[in-house]
Amino acid sequence: MAHDFLTQAFVFLAASVVSVLIASRLGLGSVLGYLVAGALIGPFGLGFVGDPESVMHAAELGVVIMLFLIGLELEPALLWRLRTAILGLGSAQVAVSGLTLAGVGMLFGLDWRIAVAAGFILSLSSTAIVMQSLREKGLAATDFGRAAFSVLLFQDLAVIPMLALFPLLATAPGSEARMGPLASLPAWAQTIAVFAAVGAVVLVGRLLTRPMFRLIARLRLNEIFTAAALALVAGVALLMQSVGLSPALGAFVAGVVLADSEYRHELQSDIEPFRALLLGLFFISVGAGIDIPLIVARPLLILALVAGLVVVNAATLYVLARAFGRPRPDAIMIALALAQGGEFAFVLFAFAQTGGVVPGSVAGPLVAAVALSRALTPLLFVLGSHAASALADSVTREAPADLPLDDRPHAVIAGFGRFGQIVHRVLRANGYSTSILEHSADQVESVRSFGNKANYGDASRVDLLRAAGAEDAKLLVVAVDNQAKALEIVEVAQKHFSHLKILARAFDRSHAYELMKRNIDAIERETFEGALRLGSVALRALGWGAHRAERAAGLFRRHDERNMRSMFEIWGEGDDSAEYRSAVSARRAMVDEMLRRDLVTHQVSAPDEAWDTQSLDAEVERRTRAK
Amino acid sequence: MPRSVLILFAHPAYHRSRANRALVDAVQGLEGVTFHDLYESYPDLMVDVPREQELLAEHDAVVAQHPFYWYSAPALIKEWIDLVLTHGWAYGEGGTALTGKTWLSAITSGGSEDSYGPSGGNRFSVAEFMRPFEATVALCHMRWLEPFVVHASHLVSQTELADAALSYRERILALQRDG
Repeated sequence: MAHDFLTQAFVFLAASVVSVLIASRLGLGSVLGYLVAGALIGPFGLGFVGDPESVMHAAELGVVIMLFLIGLELEPALLWRLRTAILGLGSAQVAVSGLTLAGVGMLFGLDWRIAVAAGFILSLSSTAIVMQSLREKGLAATDFGRAAFSVLLFQDLAVIPMLALFPLLATAPGSEARMGPLASLPAWAQTIAVFAAVGAVVLVGRLLTRPMFRLIARLRLNEIFTAAALALVAGVALLMQSVGLSPALGAFVAGVVLADSEYRHELQSDIEPFRALLLGLFFISVGAGIDIPLIVARPLLILALVAGLVVVNAATLYVLARAFGRPRPDAIMIALALAQGGEFAFVLFAFAQTGGVVPGSVAGPLVAAVALSRALTPLLFVLGSHAASALADSVTREAPADLPLDDRPHAVIAGFGRFGQIVHRVLRANGYSTSILEHSADQVESVRSFGNKANYGDASRVDLLRAAGAEDAKLLVVAVDNQAKALEIVEVAQKHFSHLKILARAFDRSHAYELMKRNIDAIERETFEGALRLGSVALRALGWGAHRAERAAGLFRRHDERNMRSMFEIWGEGDDSAEYRSAVSARRAMVDEMLRRDLVTHQVSAPDEAWDTQSLDAEVERRTRAK
Repeated sequence: MPRSVLILFAHPAYHRSRANRALVDAVQGLEGVTFHDLYESYPDLMVDVPREQELLAEHDAVVAQHPFYWYSAPALIKEWIDLVLTHGWAYGEGGTALTGKTWLSAITSGGSEDSYGPSGGNRFSVAEFMRPFEATVALCHMRWLEPFVVHASHLVSQTELADAALSYRERILALQRDG
């Protein structure tokens, strides 16, 4: 069978389409579909993909990109917000599950170092599978979803010390091929090298990547930005590999470093399609990696391992979730949803195996068990929700905690120039959080230097609006200075986020009409209020009292707004024909005249009549005379 | 034919008012009742006089619902009276637009019932404090009704508040029936 690129691509893509279609139809989720597809076409299945090496290579690229994105999600502010949940339930779970599994391993006669390494590797759940399942089932924003998310966050973080400390547990010398130049160093030096390499990535990420992205962003070529992002991920992976470290770890650290940068949303959105496909590829390669002959040869061992892994993890999670005050239905859901082995297990077992920490004879069956436990996830989810709903019927539900999943913004502000900044400050000053998208990299840079957190990106892109939090926000403030772009953003937001209230900055009257036509919630002409104020100040300069001038301006505003509305009806009737334009200019002359008359009459019959006692004085005078 | 009722509601810090929220909830949406939140309509205190006069003309009874700030009313109620009740329209020569209509003041007061009176800390009764309103209503040829008062609005219990809201609703319904 030919194994050229096109054949392979076709086999992978076709197998995933068919399997995911079937799995989704059966309500089992896409992840299981990919795994089955992989097992079917893999070297142990039908053998369409004969070369296990190439499969693992593809898997590694998928892992690398996925970890970069997981890193990007780990915004320092978010970690700080969830610190109690992460440190509480998260750290307790990893510690207790890891030690229990290590204990079980030692009972079966494993060396303590091997048992500890394997135990902690198996204590990790699958962020990718769980988060994807949560999102597919719409559970991500529930109490249980948030608790699961915090546990997964801690597990993601725990990978770094594991990668760093595993060399200390080595029982055999690492294999030269994988460990590169570091393999000859003693264990303590390897550990130092890991920390040094991570430190280098952090430093370079902080100092170099942002200026680089700023330069690229100025080009305003989306594909070059995407290329740069992928190049960055690949580059970091290569760097890490060349010093003998896990490329996945490097990508993860690079992601964390960029998580609080202004390019986060843009990076996420640009790499997202690659993530989706490569994650599929990753799951396929995991499926292909399931050693079917091994399972067939020792089915009982593998089944026992799967059962042990799932039972220990689920039991630990249930007990701890209850101990941390979660209601029983939530605890059941958390326990069953997070019981499987994680994608980090594949990475860590590969790392541990090449580092001489865990021998292949131990890692092989465990990898198979992890893969199988992951395949069980959809079933465990179904089981969990049945158990939880059965429990929820008998237990009164506690009020949901009002803790946001992350710092979800109340308002998304598109455009952070002179206009958007003021809106932002008013909202912030009154306790509302905002998420800012700004299209000019220079502007982002300059407001960042004043401590404002603006993100680089084009707000007319659905994916960027979503990344900025449009799904959870209540408001969208369109404050960009480009008229056509403002209309585009409004249309995109109305189409995709119909729950959002949309408030917009209008350039002038005709732009305001364009916005009114789109029926948004509020429109403010950018120069109107400022000019009105100056008009009132001008009246004062001409000798008017402050209150009188203020009222005159207020009255002008009221009439101008009314006229805007009536003009809009005329404007909305026609298109851009010459006929329409002449009608508008005629109408405009009429309205101007109306406005002038209106102002004149209102100057005579001012609204301040109660204090203007002219008519009362006249009546009193007539009466006195009559007497 | 039931009489139409216009509720002029004024509370500059409505988000903090427990008592007024209960009262508003009890009457808002009643058929034949127009609920008009003045601070929502005129956050800049720019009362739209023609609009207000039109509203008054369209209704048979007026209810002014507000807290009893400084033995009186929030500033916007006074502004509204100053601006809307114009000479030659509401009073004086030819000022008959409001003739025969009914006025009910519905107020919430922080003080207890016994604090109002010669022996109480506030020295005068609510009726005495309300005299400027009563006189204003009389000058505009309207009928003055005994005010609806919720006392001790900060201390009142949730059940007492619910009772107060219910009797407020009864007053409004009676206003529709009997004028």
